[in-house]
Amino acid sequence: MLTLQAVLDGLLLGILFALIAYGMALQWGVMNIINIAQGDLVILGGYIAYFMYLYGIHPAWGVIVSPIIMYFVGVIIYKLVINKVVDRDLFISILATFGISILFMQLMNFAFGADVVLANSGYGTTMLFDNSVTLPNSKIFSAFISIVFAIGLVIYMKKSKLGRAIRATAQNARAAKILGVDTEKVYAATFGINAALCGVAGALISITFTIHPYMGLPYTIRSFMIVIVAGLGNLPGVAMSGMGLGVFEEFADYILGTEFRIGSVFLLLVLILVYRRFKLSKKREYLK
Amino acid sequence: MNKNIILYAAILIFGVAAPFVFPAFKVQLSILCILIILAITWNVQGGEMGYNTFGNILFYGLGMYLCASVQVGMFFPLAEWTEGGGEKTFVHTPAQFFQGFAVGLAVAAVVPAIIAGLIGYSILGLRGHYFAICTLGLGVAAGEISGGIEIIGAGQGFTTPPFPNVDRLEARGEFFYFCSFIVLVFTFLAVKAIYSTRFKLVLNAIRDNEDKAEAMGIQTMKYKIIGWMISAFFCGLAGGIMGGLVGYIDSTDVAFDGREMGVFMVLMAILGGKGTLWGPVIGATLFHIFKEGFWTFFLGWQYVALGVLIVVIVIYFPEGIMGWLREKYPERFGEVVDEADRKAQVTLK
Repeated sequence: MLTLQAVLDGLLLGILFALIAYGMALQWGVMNIINIAQGDLVILGGYIAYFMYLYGIHPAWGVIVSPIIMYFVGVIIYKLVINKVVDRDLFISILATFGISILFMQLMNFAFGADVVLANSGYGTTMLFDNSVTLPNSKIFSAFISIVFAIGLVIYMKKSKLGRAIRATAQNARAAKILGVDTEKVYAATFGINAALCGVAGALISITFTIHPYMGLPYTIRSFMIVIVAGLGNLPGVAMSGMGLGVFEEFADYILGTEFRIGSVFLLLVLILVYRRFKLSKKREYLK
Repeated sequence: MNKNIILYAAILIFGVAAPFVFPAFKVQLSILCILIILAITWNVQGGEMGYNTFGNILFYGLGMYLCASVQVGMFFPLAEWTEGGGEKTFVHTPAQFFQGFAVGLAVAAVVPAIIAGLIGYSILGLRGHYFAICTLGLGVAAGEISGGIEIIGAGQGFTTPPFPNVDRLEARGEFFYFCSFIVLVFTFLAVKAIYSTRFKLVLNAIRDNEDKAEAMGIQTMKYKIIGWMISAFFCGLAGGIMGGLVGYIDSTDVAFDGREMGVFMVLMAILGGKGTLWGPVIGATLFHIFKEGFWTFFLGWQYVALGVLIVVIVIYFPEGIMGWLREKYPERFGEVVDEADRKAQVTLK
């Protein structure tokens, strides 16, 4: 029954990862930027929900408030830093966002302290299969909210004017510019939406799991991994590989022990990249 | 040429005299030497070969652990040493200490190079940002995993053998300073020698256009692996000395410290100028002076300052000091400038 427990936990966790990865895929596909600070945006979103909890508001409202605040944080980051690295070498953007990541990590450490915290939602737990599987309701809630946000965003990208502009820019920024799309605005909005998605995910993580200022980088690596496994613009793929990663992590946790959990995530990334590289090198190609 | 010899002699004399002239800064000077070594080795990879790595910290940390483990393991049981308080129950005699340190350094240099050679074929097939993220993952994974291995101290850390009691009070600082200085000189000369051969041109060809280099008949993979092995060799040496200097090894805070050393080496090389011989040396020196001079003013805000510094350098100064100088005085870098050509140049905006 522990296996079933791990699988269910992993699936619910994986949906959250997929939400973060969706943001990364969006922003990678549109702006061609790999955002190392992704995880730190998630943690910052989590702290917003945690503070609402501290001030007596139910943390589930963080799901509404956190993305709104994070959207503006994202736009500000874009205006200050990202718009200067958009057209440059990818390594420059990796290093610049790495700098932002360190900055955020430390600012959060000052502002919120170095303790591991969680926002208690008080949702209770559900027992399944003769009490052999325990599922906290908060996990089910967070998975549900993630799905709602992901579907909402997909519809928004398909139907709205901004969504169409974003997709046009992703296809060909220059052509979009010629046809009257203000790509600068589109980029800012894309980064803002990415940050808002991180905010939602962060609020859910603070309810379901724990947050800590230094826990950002693993979330970045997870979402990066999910995106390269699924490919850019493949939404069902992102959801599937997100859940796969969640299950893998729960099993790694269960078999190897908690101290190797983060290490195994990073090792899995290396293994996936190496596997892809060997597979492509048979066709004399490489990962682009 | 004459000017160069005078310059080198001046630096050498300064290096030898420095610990006696500034006895209070011995540790700082040793760390400066280590930082310069790391910046130079990063530059072999990131600057000359164009493979921007975050993962050289892997070899640095490996070297650190290997050197200390060999130094202890040669004479005493390693498991009991790391169990807790090993440095109190087992005492190295001076002869044992130096013997162990020398063997440890040799192991710390050779093993990372071998590991780089072994994983090189898989990892170096990745390009660009995939390579960068993959090596970032390697570095962090190494830190997390070594933090779970019991025999090298796991989460509680590993105390390296304390310096043996000899009569001179200043002996410890001088020993580690000269170790790092000699390794620095060795690294610099080795890299300088490498840069004057065809090997450097091959690395530059790989950086500029790998597919074309391959089409010209260069076995790029072979050269990439050798380049990485050279980086790993010197990184391991630097790590081994740093372990002895710090005296205490922690998996994520000292050895595989991607957030500090791992970023510093990239930053120093970029600050000085990627792809030049002197760039990393200048970058590392400036960075260290800045860090030590102003770090105390920030008091707790160091990482905030570091983050801002990274962003500012990367955005506004990606060519570094040497790149800026090169733009300003191209003649001094051996570039032929046609006066009419330069005047005719129009900046496109």
